[in-house]
Amino acid sequence: MAITSVKNLKEFSTANDRFEGAHTLCPGCAHSMIVRELMNCTDDNLVVTTNTGCLEVSTAVYPFTSWDTSWMHIGFENAASAAGGAEAMYKARKKKGTLKDNDAPVKFVAFGGDGSTFDIGFQWLSGAFERGHDFTYICLDNENYANTGGQRSSATPIGATTSTAQAGTHSYGKKEKKKDIVAIMAAHGAPYVAQLAPNKWKSMAKGFQKALETEGPCFINTVSPCCTEWRFDPKDTINITDLATDSLMFPIYEIIDGHELNILYRPKNVIPVEEYLAAQGRYKHLFKPEYRHVIDQIQKDVDEYWEMLQRREEARV
Amino acid sequence: MQDLKLCAQDNRGIHELEAGKDLMGWDEVTQGSVLPSFEGDASNIVHLKQEERCYSDFNSYTATVASWRVKKPVFNIDVCIDCQNCWVWCPDTSIISRDKQMLGIDYDHCKGCEVCVEVCPTNPKSLLMFAEQEELETALSQWPEKKKKEK
Repeated sequence: MAITSVKNLKEFSTANDRFEGAHTLCPGCAHSMIVRELMNCTDDNLVVTTNTGCLEVSTAVYPFTSWDTSWMHIGFENAASAAGGAEAMYKARKKKGTLKDNDAPVKFVAFGGDGSTFDIGFQWLSGAFERGHDFTYICLDNENYANTGGQRSSATPIGATTSTAQAGTHSYGKKEKKKDIVAIMAAHGAPYVAQLAPNKWKSMAKGFQKALETEGPCFINTVSPCCTEWRFDPKDTINITDLATDSLMFPIYEIIDGHELNILYRPKNVIPVEEYLAAQGRYKHLFKPEYRHVIDQIQKDVDEYWEMLQRREEARV
Repeated sequence: MQDLKLCAQDNRGIHELEAGKDLMGWDEVTQGSVLPSFEGDASNIVHLKQEERCYSDFNSYTATVASWRVKKPVFNIDVCIDCQNCWVWCPDTSIISRDKQMLGIDYDHCKGCEVCVEVCPTNPKSLLMFAEQEELETALSQWPEKKKKEK
């Protein structure tokens, strides 16, 4: 198992990039930060599959590919089953000894956006986890279908305006709460499930390494601020992620074997959710007096969730 | 398999084929497309730096997105402390960092998103945005002085 050192950023920066530039993701997109970090945190051969989404359409614009590893795209929903199939074939051929290099370490990674993870690809993801393939699934959660123009997905949080759940005189945007995908995947009994954020690069790199090392299906949900659909300036990608983790909208934690919960980052000063919401254009309407109650609702939900996480961490159940 | 072949013949219309038209059946179409990222053996690329690799024309490393940019980041090596923040958060793999040292910016792949300027911790910043047409020397000569802490 060859792994790049992530002791500090200088050591980490000696990794040779395997995700090339000149892909067509928006300037300041967090998707490529997350993908780069995954590819840099290991020296092993990677087999990557990708669901349809921003990442797929932008990194494989014919006749170019941005991937320096084996990469495959089949359909919208089936990155998990493609990775599972490739892994099953690899195992069988390794057993027969028909591989070119039988000892070379190979890791299987599947990427999906939140639409293809929470909604469209959920059945495939759940099936692959039930079968127990040895792969890592990484969800790049930007809370909407950004590739097709920002429609609502079941990852969109309450109160956000999207092109199919628009805010206006009669609506404050999406009315339903976000699906708790980390808890759902942990309930599959997966050996490693985590929620990570690109601004905390060290916990993210360590989480990726842990997931790659762990045998069995691992799921990681990563926050990926989308400057186009969340409506903020591209330069603020990392600042928005800071606000997201410090306001506990996206707590960073891991769940091992479905029960052992560890909180990986505790903000020193927890900031009110309002600051995170105010930094983005998609929540602008919530600051009108008539929708004020939605902000209070979000704050209440966030506080309750954080309380639950802390109790679960103590109780180890 | 035999049945499938018969089915394919039905599918493409055997009569048209006999008439000499060159139609392709569903079983003859290449499934998907394969783009090799490298020329020749690519098994060791994880240990090679970008400039040492033999990229094929299909690799987006050989393409450029420089035309996306309206402003460009300029790097001042005198102020840089090699913290590598810009390297880890650059979304376009455009920070050239070798042997723990920041060397410069890859202007072929930079889209000018300004994330590197935002995460730079030095005072004054060692990366700043300038207009695309600005010469590097003029940009460096306009570098701001160190800001004093306000009391």
